[in-house]
Parts: sequence; C-alpha cells; structure tokens
Amino acid sequence: MADIAARGPAAVTGDSRSGLHKLMQRKSTIAFLMALPLIVLILSLVAYPAGYAIYLAMLNKGMTRFVGLGNFDFLFGRETFWMVVYQSCLFAITAVIFKAIIGFVVAHFVHNIPSKGQRKWRGMLLVPWVIPPAMSTLAWLWLFDPSYSAFNWILANFGIDRVPWLGETGWARFSVILVNVWIGAPFFMIMYLAALKSVPEQLYEAASIDGATWWQRIWYVTLPMMRNIIAITALFSLIVTFANFDIVRVLTKGDPLNTTHVFATWAFRVGIESGDIPLGSAVSLFMVPILAVAATFILRDISKRGSEV
Amino acid sequence: MADAAVATASDRAASRPRYGSMSRDRRWALRWSYFFLILFAIFFLTPPIYMFITSLKTSAEISAESNPWWVYNPTLSNYIELLTQNTYLTFFRNSAIVSVITVVITMTISVIAAFALARMRFWGSATLATGVFLTYLIPETLLFIPLFKMFAWVNETFGIQLMNNWWTMLILYPTLTVPFATWIMIGYFASIPKELDEAALIDGATWMQTLTKIFIPVALPGIIAATIFTFTVSWAQFLYPLAFTTSTTELVLPVGIITTLIKGDVFNWGQIMTGALLGAAPPLIIYAFLMDYYIAGLTAGATKG
Repeated sequence: MADIAARGPAAVTGDSRSGLHKLMQRKSTIAFLMALPLIVLILSLVAYPAGYAIYLAMLNKGMTRFVGLGNFDFLFGRETFWMVVYQSCLFAITAVIFKAIIGFVVAHFVHNIPSKGQRKWRGMLLVPWVIPPAMSTLAWLWLFDPSYSAFNWILANFGIDRVPWLGETGWARFSVILVNVWIGAPFFMIMYLAALKSVPEQLYEAASIDGATWWQRIWYVTLPMMRNIIAITALFSLIVTFANFDIVRVLTKGDPLNTTHVFATWAFRVGIESGDIPLGSAVSLFMVPILAVAATFILRDISKRGSEV
Repeated sequence: MADAAVATASDRAASRPRYGSMSRDRRWALRWSYFFLILFAIFFLTPPIYMFITSLKTSAEISAESNPWWVYNPTLSNYIELLTQNTYLTFFRNSAIVSVITVVITMTISVIAAFALARMRFWGSATLATGVFLTYLIPETLLFIPLFKMFAWVNETFGIQLMNNWWTMLILYPTLTVPFATWIMIGYFASIPKELDEAALIDGATWMQTLTKIFIPVALPGIIAATIFTFTVSWAQFLYPLAFTTSTTELVLPVGIITTLIKGDVFNWGQIMTGALLGAAPPLIIYAFLMDYYIAGLTAGATKG
C-alpha cells in the first residue's frame, strides 16, 4: 500500500513532457492558481488601498501638492481632533468592558439552566447580533426620540424628568455606548458559552469537594480555563468597536457639537461629506496603532495555539 | 489509623447536610438564573419588539399622548404602503441581488483558495494564510477613503463609472467576506483526515475532483456557516453603499431606509420602523432556521485555526 502511494506522484513527475506543461502539472503551480483570485482581491482592494491611504494623507486638500506631515500637524492643532481621540477611546474601551462583563454573566446564567432550555434562551438572546446594526440602531433612535421617547414615557410614570438621550454630550455618549453594548454583548455571550461548555465538569467537582465557594470556582477554575477565549474575543471586539461606524452615524451623526464622533464617522464627515480626502484619510489612519496592537496579540495567540497542536 | 478513621467519619457526617443544602443552593441558583435571564431578554428584545409595535401604528397614534408601548388601533397600512412603493421594493431587490451574488463570488473564491492553502502547500502559502487573517482584521472604515479616490481614478483612466452603481458593491463586499470565509474554510478543511484525500489521489482523482467529491461534501457544515456569514455581512453593510451610492435606484436597504424615509426633520416613524423590520427579516429568518450553523460560524472565527 505504502509502495503504491510513494510511487503514485513519482510516476506523474517522471513522465517528461514539455517544460510549460510540466510546470502547469506541478502541484504547487495548481495550488497557486487556485489561490490567485484571493491574492488579487487582497492585494488590489485591501493592501493597495491601505498603503494608498498613507500616501493620500500626505497631500494637500486639492491633492496637487505633497505636504508631508502637514495634515497631521493641522489635526494636532484642532480641538475637535483631540475630542475625537478621547471619544473613540472612551467608546471602545467602555463598550468592550461592558460587553465582556454582560456576556460573561449571561453566559453563566444560560449555562446554569437545564440544557433542554438552553437552545431557546441562547436563540433569543442572540437576536441583537443578527439584526443589521443600521436597522436596529434606527429602533434605538426612535426609542431616544426627543419628543416621543418611549423610555421617557416610562420614566415620566415614575415622576422622573425627560432624559435628553441624544441631546446632551454626557447622555449622548452614554447612549452610543449603550447601543454598542446591546449589539455586541450577545456575541460575547455565545463565545463564552462555548468556552464554558469546554471546561471539564470534573474540575468543578474537584473544586467543590475541596470546599470552594462559587466565587472561588469562577476565579480559580472558570477564568483560567477561559482565559484564551476571553482575551481573543475582547481583542476582536476592540478592533471592531474602535472602527465602528454604523451606530454613531445613525444615532447622532457626531452631534451634539461633534462630541460623539469616533474616528470612522469623523473621517467620513471630513473626507467624503466635506470633500477633503487627504485630511479624511489622515484621520482614519489614527485607527491603525490600536488595530495593529490588537492584531499582533491575536496573531501571537493563534500561532501559539497552532504550534501546540 | 484510628485518627484517620475518625476524620473520615466526621467528614462524612459533615458532608451529609452539606449535600442537602447544595441541592437547595442549586434550586435557588436556578431561580436566580431564570430571573436574570428574563431581565436580559427584556433588555435584548425591547428594540425589535418596539419596532414591531410602532410598525402597526398610524401616524396619528404615534404622535398621540397615549402609552407608546401599546397599540390601540393596529393597522397594516405601513406595510401595505411600503410594499406597494417602488423605491422600497427597489432597495429590497438591490440588497437581495447584491447579497446573493456576493455569496456566490465569495464562496467560489474562498473555497478554492482555502483548499489550496489547507492541502496543497506552495511557496508562501503559510504567509498567505496569515495574510488572509490579517486582512480580515482590517476594517472597512480604513479603506473607504482611498477606495473613493481609486474609483475616481478608474473613471478618469478607463471611463468606467464605479461611483453610484449598485453593482460596485459586488467589487467591494467580497473584501469584507472573502478573508473570513477563507479563514474558516481553512480551519474546516484542515480538520479533514489526510487519509481521505490521499486515498482519492491514489485512485487517480484530480485535485479538482478531490475538492468537489470529498472536501466540499465533508466540510458542508462549514460551507453553510460561511455562506450565512457572507449573506448577513453583505445584507447589513452600511458604510460602503453610504459612501459610494446616492441615487434612489442604486441604494441598498440600510442606506435606502435612512436616506429616503427620513426626510429632513419630518420622521415618519411608522414607515421607518416597518422598513427596518422588513429589512431585518431575511437575516432573522435565516438565523431562525439555521441557528446552529450560524453559531458554529460565529465561534469558528476565533476558536479554529
């Protein structure tokens, strides 16, 4: 059997035909051709634009002259820019932390109930993730409406004054984060639930025989076993949240007074709506450092796991 | 010896009541779990339910002072109006065509490439696999401005107008879906035992036959998961159509609802909510029927590989 297997490929390559034909027959050539559409797509529509963004960011507004770091210099001198930096970080970090906590807690509750009902609950709780964000954010926009807010109606029944959900800086920042948490928490819940299911039951039995409290069980058994998934889900979410566009765009468009703008929405405002493409791409480039750090950690984790297997 | 016997005896004595309290603990933990799950379900389901409530109301009822959480005079007029309106049907059609063709393009490119990367090593294939994953991490918000400029250049050089055409999305959407689809397909293909395709090759099958006769049938769950992912991502994409299309005949659903149903400061909320709910229906229906594949695809992205 092994003999035939060893002779199989040798017989094919031993067959001497014309050079080009032989090249076309080679496994690696076929493989390369099969991956070619993917390579072309990545190079022309992802890698090239990403590099082009750097070049664009160094042109003047009319894109006629090379200005070096002039656009960045201009941005550093603008107050709005620093506000966008602050809001982007606040938005991404707060949202990821809350998504992780809510996801973790909900995953535990789902894990606690009998497995018969888990499917039903899991299905229900994932709905916010399934609805296209632009459309579910419209529902939130309507819930936050200044004059007809259904939340304010409930609050009014308790004698609480109207809340300016999107009208005041503090509340507007709270609202965009709330919507992001609402959309993203179910994803964390699904990831953590999958991780919880992979923790061997014997570990918990051993822990409870040793007299561990529920808190100790979470701290010494669950968390260490889930550490990888927790980290990688948070990093993924950090990238997506930091680059988020839909929620802020639909909910506030950056208002009031640009205080809720994140990098993506401000880049859109500056680059597309105001027509200053170089400045817009300079703004969007500020997303790169955080993305690069998160991507490095994710890649390291994946290659580490790859070598363990 | 005697000490040890005493110790175990007292242990047993102590553990007996503990067992009873543990099951009582469990019952309480269960009750609390249900209680909090209901709270979270309310939080997670309020917006879609409120969408549905609003979609059944007339404009008069929406602006009335009555309880917004209750429908007093349910009506389907919003649905009828939208579904007989040409613009909304155009958005829906554009979205459907774009998403379906994107799925076909994505799955063709990624299944073939994933097979090559998972099984037929070539020079640089390991680097390419990592590159695919990195591309998946690059957000579209970083690329839309340079793409905007590149499209203008294409128009000047080749005279092909890419701006303001729904089919331009067929070029753009695969950049979001192909890397992820390829990535999870590599994971699924790599988990297929080598003996299977070796046996096929020995029997004289070509690489293409190995792919279509063995890999695709065996990795079908992965293919379904990647297909669902591709469809939902294409259906939900908002930034690219917002940046690259403007006329009402070329818009897809998310952008169409936001730019045409919101007219200035006049918000026709009944219709907006109806439009958004109908727009959310296709992904929700797919999810309802193929939930397990959907979840498999979600978790595969980070856990496989």
